[in-house]
Amino acid sequence: MNEKYVARSKTIASRIVGGETAIMSAVDSTLFVLNEVATEIWLAADGETPLSDIVKRRICEEFEVSADEAYSDAEEFVDALAHHGILQTAAYPIPETGESASVTP
Amino acid sequence: MSLMENLNHKALTLGIPLSVHLDVTYRCNERCKHCYVDHEDHGEMTTEEIRGLLRQLQMAGVLFLTLSGGEPLLRSDCLEIIEYANSLSFYVKLKTNAVLINKQYAARLRALGVRQVQVSIYSHRSEIHDGITKLPGSLERSLAGIVLLRSEGIHVTLANVLMTGNSQDSDGVHELAGQIGAEYTLDPTITPMLSGDTSVLKLRIPGTELREVFQNKNLVGDVQQFCAPPPPVDEDVLDGYSCSAGHSACYITPYGDVFPCVQFPLPCGNVRVQSFQEIWKSSPQLKEVRSIRARDLSTCSSCSHLGGCTRCPGLAFMEGDMRGPSSADCEKSFVRTGIVSAGMMAKQPALANLVQIAPIGSRA
Repeated sequence: MNEKYVARSKTIASRIVGGETAIMSAVDSTLFVLNEVATEIWLAADGETPLSDIVKRRICEEFEVSADEAYSDAEEFVDALAHHGILQTAAYPIPETGESASVTP
Repeated sequence: MSLMENLNHKALTLGIPLSVHLDVTYRCNERCKHCYVDHEDHGEMTTEEIRGLLRQLQMAGVLFLTLSGGEPLLRSDCLEIIEYANSLSFYVKLKTNAVLINKQYAARLRALGVRQVQVSIYSHRSEIHDGITKLPGSLERSLAGIVLLRSEGIHVTLANVLMTGNSQDSDGVHELAGQIGAEYTLDPTITPMLSGDTSVLKLRIPGTELREVFQNKNLVGDVQQFCAPPPPVDEDVLDGYSCSAGHSACYITPYGDVFPCVQFPLPCGNVRVQSFQEIWKSSPQLKEVRSIRARDLSTCSSCSHLGGCTRCPGLAFMEGDMRGPSSADCEKSFVRTGIVSAGMMAKQPALANLVQIAPIGSRA
C-alpha cells in the first residue's frame, strides 16, 4: 500500500459544532458537515501523520472497526474533500500546514 | 431540512453564535439618504482590539463573519483585519460600496480568502443611484469595482434597497446583476437609525408600489407561492422564534457594543468592558430575547400570519415593544396576501369589529 499524507487547506473556514465539523469550501462556498468519525480524520490531518496511522489510532481504536474497512472509507473520504480543495493529499509529508485548526466552543 | 438549516438549528440549540456581523467603522465615503448610522468616528476599536475580539469570536464558535460599516475599506487596516480573520478560519463576507476597489485590492481580497462581497446598488441609472448615495460618479465606480471582484472569481451580490425614488428601478438592477454575473437580492425595508431617529422612515415605499414589487416574478420567483395565504398556526409555530437574532447571531458596533442584530439595537454589553463570551452567555438582555416564543407575542400570537410572517423583533423593539408587531412586516404580510394582520387590526379598532368571536356555547 502506498502511503498517503493529508493536510487541511489553509484558507478553509471551519468550526466544530456539537461534535460535527462545519466547513465552507473556498472553491465554491459549499457547506460540508463532517460527522464524528470524519471529524477525527479532519482534526488529525496535519500533513505529517500518514493516513494509515490516523485510521489506526483515531478511528479503529475509537470506533472499533477493522483497519482495512476503515482505511478504504477514509481514503474515499479524503479524496472527496481534496476534490473540493478542503484537504490536500500527497504521497509524501506536506509541510507548513495545520494553521486552520478547528476550535470547539 | 438543508445542511445550513440543520447547522443553524444545532447552533441555536447549543447556544453557539454561528454568525456575527461586525461593523468596523461608521465612516463612509457615501452619504446614502436612508442610512441607519451616522458617519462619524466616536472611538472605533483599534486594530489590536479587533484582533483580540476575533480571537474571542473564534473561541465562541463563530463561523460566519460579516465585516461591514460604514465603508470598511476606509479603515487603513481593513486588509489586515481580513487577513487575521482568515487565519482564524472564519468564513468572511464583506459588505462594501466597492468604490475604492482597484485591481490590486480585488486580487488581495481573493488571496486573503474573501469569497463573498455584497454591494448596495440602488439603480441602474447614475442619476438615481448617485442621487441616493450623494456621491457623484458612485454607480460607475461601484460597478467598476464589482467587475474587478468578479474577474477574481469573488461571488458578488447586489443588494437593492427599495425606497421612494428608486422603486421603479428594481428590474433594471436585476438585469444589471445578470449582465455582470452577480446575484441579486431585494430589500424593501427602510429601518430607523440606530440612534432611534425615525425620520428616514418617510422613504419607505407605499403599499401600492410594494404590491407591484411582490407581483414581479423576476424579483420574487414564484409569485403565487410568494403571495400565498399563510400556513395554519400550530403548536410548532407557537413554540418558534422570530429569527436567529440573539440566538445564533449577533451584531457588534465599531465601538464594541453588542446587539442581538444590526436591526435590533438593544444594548447587551460592550466587549471593551466584558469578554464576548461573558456577554453572550450572561447578558440579561440576550436571555430575555431568547426567552420569547411566538406564543408570547402580545398581538402577533393571535395573528393568522404568524406562521409565514417575516416579523423582525428589532423593528418591533424600535417601535417600542420587542414582543409587539413590526408595522413594516404587518404591511408586507398584508400586501403579499391581502389578509389584514392582527397588528393592523389592533391599530384600527373599526377593522377588529368586523369580526366577532365568542367561545362555543356562549350566548351574546
